[in-house]
Amino acid sequence: MANQDKKYAMIIDTRNCVGCTACVIACKSENSVPMGFCRDWVDQIVKGHYPRLTLVNRSDRCQHCEDAPCVTNCPTGASFYPGDGTVIVDRSKCTGCKACLAACPYDARYVHPSGFVDKCSFCRHRLLTGKTTTACTSICPTNALTLVDLNSSDGLADRLMDGREVVQDKTHAGTHPKLFWLL
Amino acid sequence: MKLGKFKRREFIKISSAFLASSAVAHSGSQFLSAESAEASVKSGDRVVKSICEICFWRCGIDVHVRDEKVYKITGQKDHPLSRGRLCPRGAGGHGLLYDPDRLKHPLIREIVNGRQFFRKASWEEAMTLVADNVKQLGQDYGPGALVSFTHGFGASFLKRLCNSCGIVSAPSYAQCRGAREDGFKLTYGHSVGSPEGVDVANCKYLVVIGHHLGENMHNTAVQDLSLAIKKGAKLVAVDPRFSVLASKGKWLPIKPATDIALVRGWIHILIKEKKYNIDFVAQNTVGIDELWDGVKDATPELTAKLTGIPVEQVVEVARDLARYAPNALIHPGRRANWYGDDTQRARSMAILNALLGNYKMPGGLITQKKYGVPPINFPKFKHPRVQYSSKYPLASKVSSFEIIQHTLEGKPWDIHGWIVYGTNLIHTSANQALTYEAITKLKFIASIDVLPSEITGYSDVILPECTYLERYDDLDDRTYREPYVAIRQPAVPPMYDSKPGIEIFKILAEKMGRFDLFEDDIETYLDKRLKKIGKSLEELKEKGVFVKPETPLYRQPNQKLKFKTPSGKIELVSSKMKEHGFDGVPQYTPHRENPDGYYRLLFGRAPMHSFGRTTNNRILLEMMPENTIWVNEQAAERIGLKDGEYVYLVHENGTRSNNNIKVKLTQRVRDDVVYMVHGFGHTDPRLRAGYMKGVNSSELTIDTVIDPVMGAVGIQHNFVTFSRGA
Repeated sequence: MANQDKKYAMIIDTRNCVGCTACVIACKSENSVPMGFCRDWVDQIVKGHYPRLTLVNRSDRCQHCEDAPCVTNCPTGASFYPGDGTVIVDRSKCTGCKACLAACPYDARYVHPSGFVDKCSFCRHRLLTGKTTTACTSICPTNALTLVDLNSSDGLADRLMDGREVVQDKTHAGTHPKLFWLL
Repeated sequence: MKLGKFKRREFIKISSAFLASSAVAHSGSQFLSAESAEASVKSGDRVVKSICEICFWRCGIDVHVRDEKVYKITGQKDHPLSRGRLCPRGAGGHGLLYDPDRLKHPLIREIVNGRQFFRKASWEEAMTLVADNVKQLGQDYGPGALVSFTHGFGASFLKRLCNSCGIVSAPSYAQCRGAREDGFKLTYGHSVGSPEGVDVANCKYLVVIGHHLGENMHNTAVQDLSLAIKKGAKLVAVDPRFSVLASKGKWLPIKPATDIALVRGWIHILIKEKKYNIDFVAQNTVGIDELWDGVKDATPELTAKLTGIPVEQVVEVARDLARYAPNALIHPGRRANWYGDDTQRARSMAILNALLGNYKMPGGLITQKKYGVPPINFPKFKHPRVQYSSKYPLASKVSSFEIIQHTLEGKPWDIHGWIVYGTNLIHTSANQALTYEAITKLKFIASIDVLPSEITGYSDVILPECTYLERYDDLDDRTYREPYVAIRQPAVPPMYDSKPGIEIFKILAEKMGRFDLFEDDIETYLDKRLKKIGKSLEELKEKGVFVKPETPLYRQPNQKLKFKTPSGKIELVSSKMKEHGFDGVPQYTPHRENPDGYYRLLFGRAPMHSFGRTTNNRILLEMMPENTIWVNEQAAERIGLKDGEYVYLVHENGTRSNNNIKVKLTQRVRDDVVYMVHGFGHTDPRLRAGYMKGVNSSELTIDTVIDPVMGAVGIQHNFVTFSRGA
């Protein structure tokens, strides 16, 4: 399979993000996500009291975990690691049993009206054609989203994270998620 | 105000024939339904390069077409305004194209036995009716008997028709940028422009007053903001609401209607502490001494008292501005109609920028150029009634609000007909009662639009235009730092029985006996224009845009500058303002305080909607289905308001909102204001997705204070309270 040397991850700079949801709409068009569902979303987290407040916009999606509970718990092998760092659902094997929905700590999956489970694929269909961006990273007006290859020697991931506070979601679950938010 | 009150012209809601036809179309539109395969490139897929029209910014777009359906829209890489990226509205533009509620056929108002309804008509019949009315009203009442209201880029051909046929053409000028443009013009001799002539990407210290940079989602402006943030720019947001921009820097939660007081305070500090750019001011400005006299009383203490911003913060920001100057900027903002003294508000910001010496410096104010494709000239109708000027002395244009008033008052002459293109006056104009009343005076209204709307419901003839994704328009030769000319071209053919504006206006012109206004077809016209710069339509269709290198943006140190003001310099004290009896130095006048138990209604933008124009777009509605009323949590607790409950808003004059709105309790607003996003609360049931979703802020924008300088409509002077009762 292609891209076997890769380990895709995403770095999201919350300092730039204005919470516009272009990432969501671009994803829905690219991946024909039906009305009422989404593969990515934006959380707006507000803390504090007037007038001392903080607000963080957090574009979120499947974490493409290295130790993914959805893969472990899938009875048919539909959720699998294709070897490029992504976690993918093979629709032909998926029965829509929802074991993965229960297992996923990030609520990243939904049942497609056609019966299979769907979620962010890091736009793998694009990556397989040699593209280095996903629909969401390429549309983002603030350039807040970057798809990176953690196996690459290009230093991109290090440059983006250098000097920044980096947070990850639910690392205690032992999933080794691959979404990195910069605060 | 009840809609049914108007006997002459009733608002027509829906006809059964209309419903049936739209239901069929709905089931036929597949773009929202499930597809089992992920998108991957198929043979026969094509990408059409065009320009967006979901807002007025006009980014370059790549329209992705598969099986003759638009399935995706992305940002055009070579277009200077999109740089390969796109905002959510533009990305969801096909939600307009495939909106099942679109106007599908020409419609004509009928009255049978006192009942009014719309009847489906042929183009021939509808156009003849429009042309006959235009001719008849012109004959009976002379030039200027008809007025056209326009918004959007597609209006360029209608304007040509109006200019040649004795129809007054009214821009949506004093609703948005008008006061800012005139305020800066009085100071610098030129306006700020759109996209704004500001070098935000290289700014080191950016102060934004009331402007929702970020949430307004003007693609390039937000890209530049992001670049500035990446480079470590310091941001200051002056806003009664904790905006997204405020979250990225320092927030000054100013008391509403005191912006001028704050800017005057900053000017005071810069002059008093001699922290302004003394060389630049000496060389390029006039009036520094008089300016000082005019702001002498604006001490930091007084500023703090008036604005509610602690004195240390007032002083700190002034000193920081000086420290980062000339790479510091007071952003001129965009919508500038606030409190009725908006030219002076804009002037105060223009003056403060001048003191920083940021003119044509990195991170400051810059000037931009057009690509310069010569126009093809058409004969203009010369008559003072058609080219008349505003009653406000320093207005560069007559505003649509003024024309609505003119229609109502019949002075200086009677207006009998409106042609409304792409603007829903009921939603866009303040004081709806005024608009409704003006409508009752009219003998004829024709609307040209893509979607039904409140205004089309009052029309005699509705002409369905196709969307921007189905048509050509004129070349977009825009003023920008990298001059460019871009094309809008159809990605798919017009759906239903809709037509491009150019065809509609050409047929109308011919029916009025004018065969000299338009070329035989749009492609010939565009090619002819492009030949003037040695290019061709074919080449532009392929490339989407021609771009010239960036014009030199920055001045040399000590370079002598010339300004198109009476003095030839930047006018810290405006001679023209004084000439017309206005303050040469902006003064602060206290505005009304909240009546007891009422909150000042503020409104603004959300990134996924362009006013009322997108609030029926199913793709965008999914991102934000309704607006909410933001209420400070402590204030809500005092009156027992609960988060998530639905309430009606009641204006202090007793007017209640047509619909109810969800309460959002938040720490993000001051306790003396409430805030909502504008554009929701459609009352036209033909807009089936947006009908009665949230509240339309225009319903409550009843008290207006008009700027005496240029007629800008101050619309943030309305106070509301809450009502649970239906």
